[in-house]
Amino acid sequence: MKTLVSRFWQTALVLIIASGLILLALSGYLQPLLHGVMSPLVGIQQWVSSRYIAAYQFLTAPRDMATLQQRNFELERQVAELQAQVIELQQQLREAQVIYALLDFARAHPQNQYVAANVIGRDPSPFLHYVIIDRGSDDGIRHGMPVVTNQGLVGRVDAVTAGAARVQLITDASAIVNVRLQNSKVEGQTHGSITGEISLEMIPQDTVIQLGDLVLTSGLGGTYPPDILVGQVSDIRKQPNQLFQTAVVQPVVDFSTLQAVLVITNFRPIQLAPLIPTPIP
Amino acid sequence: MLADWLAFPVLGGLLMIQTAIISRLTLLNGSGDLILLALVAWALHERVRSALVWVLVGGLLVGWISGVPLLVPIIGYGLAVALARIIRRQVWQIPLLAMLFVTFWGTLMYHALTIVTLQFSGTPLSWENALTHVTLPSLVLNVVLAFPVYALLNDLANWLYPEVVVKNA
Repeated sequence: MKTLVSRFWQTALVLIIASGLILLALSGYLQPLLHGVMSPLVGIQQWVSSRYIAAYQFLTAPRDMATLQQRNFELERQVAELQAQVIELQQQLREAQVIYALLDFARAHPQNQYVAANVIGRDPSPFLHYVIIDRGSDDGIRHGMPVVTNQGLVGRVDAVTAGAARVQLITDASAIVNVRLQNSKVEGQTHGSITGEISLEMIPQDTVIQLGDLVLTSGLGGTYPPDILVGQVSDIRKQPNQLFQTAVVQPVVDFSTLQAVLVITNFRPIQLAPLIPTPIP
Repeated sequence: MLADWLAFPVLGGLLMIQTAIISRLTLLNGSGDLILLALVAWALHERVRSALVWVLVGGLLVGWISGVPLLVPIIGYGLAVALARIIRRQVWQIPLLAMLFVTFWGTLMYHALTIVTLQFSGTPLSWENALTHVTLPSLVLNVVLAFPVYALLNDLANWLYPEVVVKNA
């Protein structure tokens, strides 16, 4: 009986002490004590946890590294493929822009029939300004047909094979184009040169030429159709002792980056040779 | 015989590169001439017996593609190759030096012939402009291109005409 009472009081005492401790902890009176006790425990916990994570990473890292390397390789390959696609699409976009510009030009001039051609090469001789296009007699191209872009006059077909043609540019040293100035309506000729410079000649001295004047084909001689833009006057060379004044023409077509051209197929140049008198022996 | 037939694909391929790439890479108005360089390099090789077929093929191909009269490249390349064969017979222990020498004089001869022919055909050309804007820049480009072309043609000639080593018993 006595032992039973003693146990009861022991239990009650433990409960009272535990309740007291809980109440003290809840009321915050044990905070400094708890902090002093918990801090080393938390430190120990952190140390154990970090060692475990390090050990885990050490054991699992090689497998992940191989996976990552393989994934990286695949991604690099995809990036290379996409870069190649981007370059190809950019190239296609540039070509499409050129073709759309040519198409707009062709729609704006419905009186002419055109055959579009790519420029695939240049003359091997540096003295001549010729380009080679990928359309020939099979596509209706004939000798002498004018060649233009959406910007202006390029030249004329000089030689033709079944699948290709050679085009003499207006910058060639032997190229002569009959032109007129848009503002003054005065007619003259442009001559090319081996340096690619185009000079405007046969302009009377009393004609007023201004910088920026537009130069168009006149249609005289029947070599080119009229009113195709050739270029702009960029310099005037007027000497009082000369019969004619000359000027430098800046062509509107950039011949160094020529990619595609239009051949006017319904224009047939007029052969004036039979009309030119020959000396009788 | 095989070497003669090879002139068509080799010179044809070089002409495609010439018209598509080299003619667009200009210095002032000059450009390199792969066909001239290839013919000179071929003619300078010590075991190449004849370069006549190569000259004819190269000249005809260029004359067909280019706007210059057909005989100009044939005669021009012929002169350069003739110079190369003369030089080869002399005591030239350094073939690359001979290559540069013939490239220099071959380019000058070929361009002079072209200028004279174009002037005769009515193209207004001044010697001063032609030399300063075309010939001298072309000369520089040809000298630069001479090294890779020589290496390429030298390897081809070595493959076609392997060196025969005679062992004494």
